[in-house]
Parts: sequence; structure tokens; C-alpha cells
Amino acid sequence: MSSATVEALPAHQPGNTEEMPAEHYLNDGKTVFSWLGTLDHKRIAILYMVVVLLMFLVGGTFALLVRLELLTPGPTIMDALTYNRMFTLHGVIMVFFFMIPAIPGIFGNFMLPLMLGAKDVAFPRLNLMSWYLYVLGAGLGIWGMINGGADTGWTFYTPYSSMTPTQILPVLMGAFVAGFSSILTGLNFIVTVHTMRAPGITWMKMPLFVWSIYATAVIQILGTPVIGLVMLLLTVEQVFGFGIFDPARGGDPVLYQHLFWFYSHPAVYIMVLPAMAVMSEVVSTMSRKNPYGYKMIAWSSLGIALVGFLAWGHHLFVSGQSTFDAGAFGVISMMVGVFTAIKVFNWTATLYKGSVTFTTPFAYFCGFLYFIVFGGMTGIAVASVSLDVHWHDTYFVVAHFHFIMVGATIMAFLAALHYWFPKMFGRMYPEGWGLVSAVLIIIGFNATFIPQFLLGNMGMPRRYYQYPEQFQALNVASTAGASLLAMGFLIIAIYLAISLKYGKVAGPNPWGSHGYEWLHTQSPPITHNFHGQPVYPQAPHDYTGPVEGEVTHAA
Amino acid sequence: MKVDAMQSLLFLPEQASTFAERVDNLHYLVIISTMIVSFLVGTTALVFFILYRRRKPHAYTPTIEPDLKAEMLFVGIPTVFFLAFFAIGFRDFVWVRTPPANAMDVYVMGKQWMWKFAYPEGPNGVNTLHIPAHRPIRLLITSRDVIHSFYVPEFRVKQDAVPGRYAEIWFEATKPGTYQVLCAEYCGLDHSMMRADVVVHEPAEFDEWLANAQRSERHEQQDSEPIAAATQQFPGNLRLQGERIAARAGCFKCHSTDGSPHIGPTFLDMYLRKEKLADGRTVIADESYITESMMDPHLKVVAGFQPVMPSFLGQLDAPETAAIVEYIKSLSTNRVVNEGSKGPVYELRNR
Repeated sequence: MSSATVEALPAHQPGNTEEMPAEHYLNDGKTVFSWLGTLDHKRIAILYMVVVLLMFLVGGTFALLVRLELLTPGPTIMDALTYNRMFTLHGVIMVFFFMIPAIPGIFGNFMLPLMLGAKDVAFPRLNLMSWYLYVLGAGLGIWGMINGGADTGWTFYTPYSSMTPTQILPVLMGAFVAGFSSILTGLNFIVTVHTMRAPGITWMKMPLFVWSIYATAVIQILGTPVIGLVMLLLTVEQVFGFGIFDPARGGDPVLYQHLFWFYSHPAVYIMVLPAMAVMSEVVSTMSRKNPYGYKMIAWSSLGIALVGFLAWGHHLFVSGQSTFDAGAFGVISMMVGVFTAIKVFNWTATLYKGSVTFTTPFAYFCGFLYFIVFGGMTGIAVASVSLDVHWHDTYFVVAHFHFIMVGATIMAFLAALHYWFPKMFGRMYPEGWGLVSAVLIIIGFNATFIPQFLLGNMGMPRRYYQYPEQFQALNVASTAGASLLAMGFLIIAIYLAISLKYGKVAGPNPWGSHGYEWLHTQSPPITHNFHGQPVYPQAPHDYTGPVEGEVTHAA
Repeated sequence: MKVDAMQSLLFLPEQASTFAERVDNLHYLVIISTMIVSFLVGTTALVFFILYRRRKPHAYTPTIEPDLKAEMLFVGIPTVFFLAFFAIGFRDFVWVRTPPANAMDVYVMGKQWMWKFAYPEGPNGVNTLHIPAHRPIRLLITSRDVIHSFYVPEFRVKQDAVPGRYAEIWFEATKPGTYQVLCAEYCGLDHSMMRADVVVHEPAEFDEWLANAQRSERHEQQDSEPIAAATQQFPGNLRLQGERIAARAGCFKCHSTDGSPHIGPTFLDMYLRKEKLADGRTVIADESYITESMMDPHLKVVAGFQPVMPSFLGQLDAPETAAIVEYIKSLSTNRVVNEGSKGPVYELRNR
């Protein structure tokens, strides 16, 4: 374990002398049951990855169909009912079955124990169970889409959802079941962070990824039961005619919106905090620099989790909520912006006096910074109450949350996929193709969603099957951008699939990172992660000198 | 001029209400400060990247932590900016939520998939809202079925129509013209086709329109007392006579007068309407066609209607027929369109 050897390795030529480790979690068991019955957090992460990517493919296909339909003002390739189902299913799949489980399910599961010097998460069986619940939920959802297919939008607003001719129950139940998976994952992570930290890892020495995932887990276990409740209420409303949301029977449709957004707004942070988590790691490794303002970043993650729970009413500025409420929710929403801005400044300042290298994950970091700044600032704009009166339910809002949820979160997802690809599979992806597709995707995102900002300014409402002709030019531009985007994803899928088998062997630490997950363990790790109990005397991403625990050779 | 350039650059529609100006001004402030700050952040990142690019593979770097001043700066700058945006935005929001006492009320009801508008003293109609420019208008909005949202991009005004409650919003239109009302809350199959028009008149023109429209409003009841009374008051008035005779003859059992669909074509705007006939020909509904249809209704049946009208040959004499025609002519108030909105008609700026 001499750290001098790895320090002498030339960068960017990982694996030229390396061989895959003889023994690692991927070759520990080859049967189907060794995967489907595994309790290893790393294998469960891979299971998540398979389903999450499948969901991304399905949701993305719906998105492309929606964009194709919007090429012309009139009907293009489908009828109105099909279109309404398409955007609903796009939303449901992307939110409940892709975005929410994506980073916590895959990278949270894989990295959290490695970053804490633990052999596994606190409850391995529960971990496997949450994957099965997720698969069950996604399966129910997909089944419901094939049989009936909800057309309510992913928000299921009443009273329309009680009156729709389509079948919403299977889709609702799918999201309901997947919610339990989310709760169990969150619970597991929180207990893991509290009880499984290796010697030396104090709270203020936890990697920032862990902090953010921890904040996410808090939202998951506090928020998800509420959406479960809402979905049950919606079910009894539809099946038994309870009338909780029906004004004719003393109910209130706006109550539904309050309950729905009480979860669904924090859910945005379930999607974004893990993205921030990834970025804090990537920027430190790629600039070989300790995260500037570690405490500020850590606390702002918790801040977002807390304040995120109190901001839901900004979805109801024109829904008939009181003027005072609008003001209160508006000003609280601004606080989320402040916490995000703090992180942006700190990430930027992390580069100061670092040693920065431009790799594919770093390219995605740049994309992420851009999307979070403009996605965030357009969020500030819609939270400035009066502006929302114009923008609410227009394409401006669509573009805003796609900048955050697609822009920022997908940037982070792809950054994580590339950054941890060698950790997870022991092989490198082709850097050149990585950069090409990163550029393609960043340009594609902009070409898709900048026209949508302008469409919103012009006044085009969301969920329009047909639209007045003055909106066509920008819609065509947006669809063209979406096809670029699709191309980028296709390239990534191809080269990553090839790299799985034929990529250069990465070696234990191809980035020369001092992040905890790269220390004391080989890449890919052995089933029990570590030989013996590792100790972490230094803070993560301490690049002042050699660090204890760097693995130089496959064990 | 500068503001105009911003408007074109951001693809904003016409500013046609006093609220639109307020919204756009804050919009410009937010976007300009966003651009400045993000340019600064982006440039800083770029400069750092160039200055501190990796020169040797495994360089060591110092650990740097922010001092209190940097922390205050990082927290303070966004807080000040965001709260300032909020203060302006909320001030304008309170303004648009507080209708002036002299505002003119119009009741708005959304239903799948059309908008109904009603004035307290009449008239009411579907899919076209007439309002005067330069006078505050308060809309009292509700829905009959699911949630809709009343949205006029040129006014920057939007309010959800929620069943079971009236929501209010007010605005003051500044430019006469026709603007499109779009439904902004997803409401089912034809959500995207739930469009209506707002016609903004010069105030004097509006007053004339309203008086005219209120006069031609026919009361719901047949053989109604008010009509009979009015006829006695103005015995020579053909229009009032025609209304009374039409009620007596039972015309209103099948023909509406407010544009709503019924067994027969509506009387509203029937006069000089180009009608497509069931056999494919078209006809202009002038005096001779209307008279002919009363006497021999099955000769030229309007497309989309069943040939079920009885002949009034021998039941209505010539003066009575003329009175009914005159009454139908009076129902051309141009206040209702039968088709959906055809889009805005004001002059679009070149872009």
C-alpha cells in the first residue's frame, strides 16, 4: 500500500499496466439467483440501474412522440386522447420511476457504504425489498399504461381525475407502491449514515455526496407517506365517490393541490439533491481540491430539505389560494434559491487554486452549473409572485423544470455514470466519445428547452395537443433539439455497452481521487468492500499530500 | 425603444393591459440581473479553469476554506437580490388581486370546452367577451365541471376557474383589438381547443354595444308579460311585435336567440349569415330566405339540422312574417361566435 506508486502513475492512461482484479463483486456468483436474491448493495445498485435505464428509455420515447406531435399546430401523428396519455405517461414514468430512484437507487446504494467505510447498508434485506417494490410499482404502472392509460397529467388533478374516461387506478397504484420503495431506501440510508460510519468519519468529515443523499433520505421518509395518502384519497374518491375533493359534496379540489404539492414539491429536491451530491464529488476530484465551503454546502443541503417542505404553495399562485398564502410561499421559495446559490458559488470557488482537468464528468459539471444557474434563476422568476400570473401553466414552467430536472439532474446522472463507471465495472469509457456526446447533449438540451422558454413568454399553455399557429416556429426548433438530445443518449448507450466488456481496465483509482469511495478498496470492489476495517484519518478530498488508504494494485 | 427590443428578444406578446407593463418590467429586471450574475459566475469559472488547469498529473493543492466575509457574501448577495424580486413581484400581485371599487364585473364560467360570459345586467354569450378599454374590469371566474384557467397572454392575466367557488382577478385593457383567451389548466380531451376571444372596444363604442346587446336580449319565458307590456308601450315597433309573435308561434321551442345550439339554427346572427345547406349548396340568410323557410321549411334545410320544422303557411300573415324577420335582424349583435377563436387580430409586431 505505498501511495507513492499511484502518485507516479501518469494521468489519462489508466489501465495501461492494469488487469481486472481477480475477485470482485461482479464475478462473485453467476447464477440468476445470485443477482435476483443478492443482498450486496453493489449488486442491488446494478439491478436498479437496469430498471432505471429501461424506464428512462420508455419515458424518453414518450417524450419524443410528444415532441413529434407538436411539430404542426394541428394533429400530426396521433389523436388528442393518445397525446394526452403520452404526456401523462412521460411525466409519471420520468418522475416516479426514473428521476426519484435514479441517483439514490443506483449511485446512492453503490457509493454510500463505500464512502462510509461500511460493508453494506444497515438493512441489506430491506434494500433488496425496496428494489422489488420499485419493480412491482413500475410494472403496475406500465401495465396500467397499456390497459387504459391515464390522461390526467402526472399531477392527477381533481376533479378531472375523478371524471376522466381513462383508467388511472393502476398507474396510481404503481406510483403508490414505488413510494414504499422510496421510503424504505430513505430509511435504510439514514440508519446507515447514523450507525455505519467507519472510525475517523465524523459528521463533518462525511463526503458531501453522503450529506446530500442524507438530506434526500429525510425528504423521502417525511414526504412520501403524504403522496401515498393523497393517492389513497384519490382512489376512494374515484371508486367510492367519497367527495373529499368534490365541491358538490362539500369537498375542495384546491385541497387536493395542497396535499399533492406538499409531497411533489419536496420531490423535486429528491431529484435535485442527489444531483448536487454527485457534483460536489466530481468537482473536487476533477480539480484535485477540497470542496470550498464544505460546511456551507452540507448545511445548505439540509436547508433545502427543510425549506423545500414549506414552499409547495408556489404551485397555487393562480389556483384560488389566498393572497397572503401566495406571499408566504413566495418568500420561502426564495430561500431555496439562496441555498442553491450558495452551492453554486462554492462549487465555482472550489476550482480556485486547484488542478483542473477537463474530462467527461467535468464537462457534465460545466453543463450542470449552467443548467442549475438558469433553471434556478427561472425558478426565482416564477417565484416572484406576479410573474407567475403570466407564466403559470405555460411552456415557461415546462422549460424551467426541465432545466432543473432534466438539465441539472440528467447532467449529474451522466456525470455519475462516467465518473463511477470505472469504480462499478473496473473499466474506462472512451474519453473522446464521452466528450462528443456531452457536447451534443448540452447543445441538444438548450435547443430543446430555450425555445420552450420563449413559447411560455409568448403565452403557449402546457399540455396543448393543438396550438395557435403563431407558436409553430419555436415548437419545430424544440423538436429539432430533442432529436439532437436523443442522438447524444444513443451514442452514450452504445459506447458504454461496448466499454462494459472491452473498455480499458481502469485500475483501482483512475482519477487519482482522494474521495473516500476510491480509498481502501479496489475497482470494482470485492463483495465485502474492504479487507478488514478501514480507517479514515483525513477529510475526504484532502489533496495537500498523499493520503492513507490509496489502493495501488488490485488486491 | 429599448423596452421594445427586449420584448421582441423575449418573444413577449403585445402589452395590452396595465398589468402587462408591470409584469414585463419585473421580467426585464430579473432577466438582466440573472444574465449579469451568471456571466460573472461563468467568467470566474472559466478564469479559474484556465489559471488552474492541470499541469502535472498528481499535483497537490492547498486546502482552502472560506472566511466569514466570503460566507456572508455568498449568502448575502442572493438573499438581497431574491428578496428584492419578491418585494416587487408581491407588490404587483397584491395590486392585481385587489380590484378597484369602480371595476365593471363580468361573470366567467368555464366548462368543457368553452367559456361563457355574463354581464350583471345582461347579455350573456359564449366564447366572446366584449370589454371597454381604459376601464377596470373584474372577472368573477368559476367552472361548471373540472378546473380550467382563464388566460390572456397579451394581458399577462391568468386565473384558475375552480368548480364550487368564484375567483376574482381584474385588469385594465389599454389597446382596442381582439385577443385570444386560452385555457391554461389541463381539462381533458379538447383542452387545447378551449379558446375564446376578448374584444376590447373604445369605451364609447362599448357602451353602444352593451346597450344594443341588452336590448336584444330576449327573456327566457315564452309569451312573457314583459314582452307583451313592451309591445303595448311601443305599438308600432316591428321588432317588439316580431318577438311577441315569434313567442306565440312557438319559434323559441326550437330556435335559441343567444347562440346556443338547439333543434333549429339560432336566431342570433342569422340575418345575412352564410348557411351551408344539407344538400351542399350555400345560401345567404336574407329576408327572402328567412321568409321562405317559414313557409316551406324543408326546401332548404341548413346542414346539421333535421327537417322537423312545420310549415307556417296560412298561420302567419304577411305583416307577422315581416315582424319576425325584423326581429331576427335585430339579433345581429355580433356578440357571439359560433366557431372557436380564430386567433388574435391586433397588429403583430414584425419579428
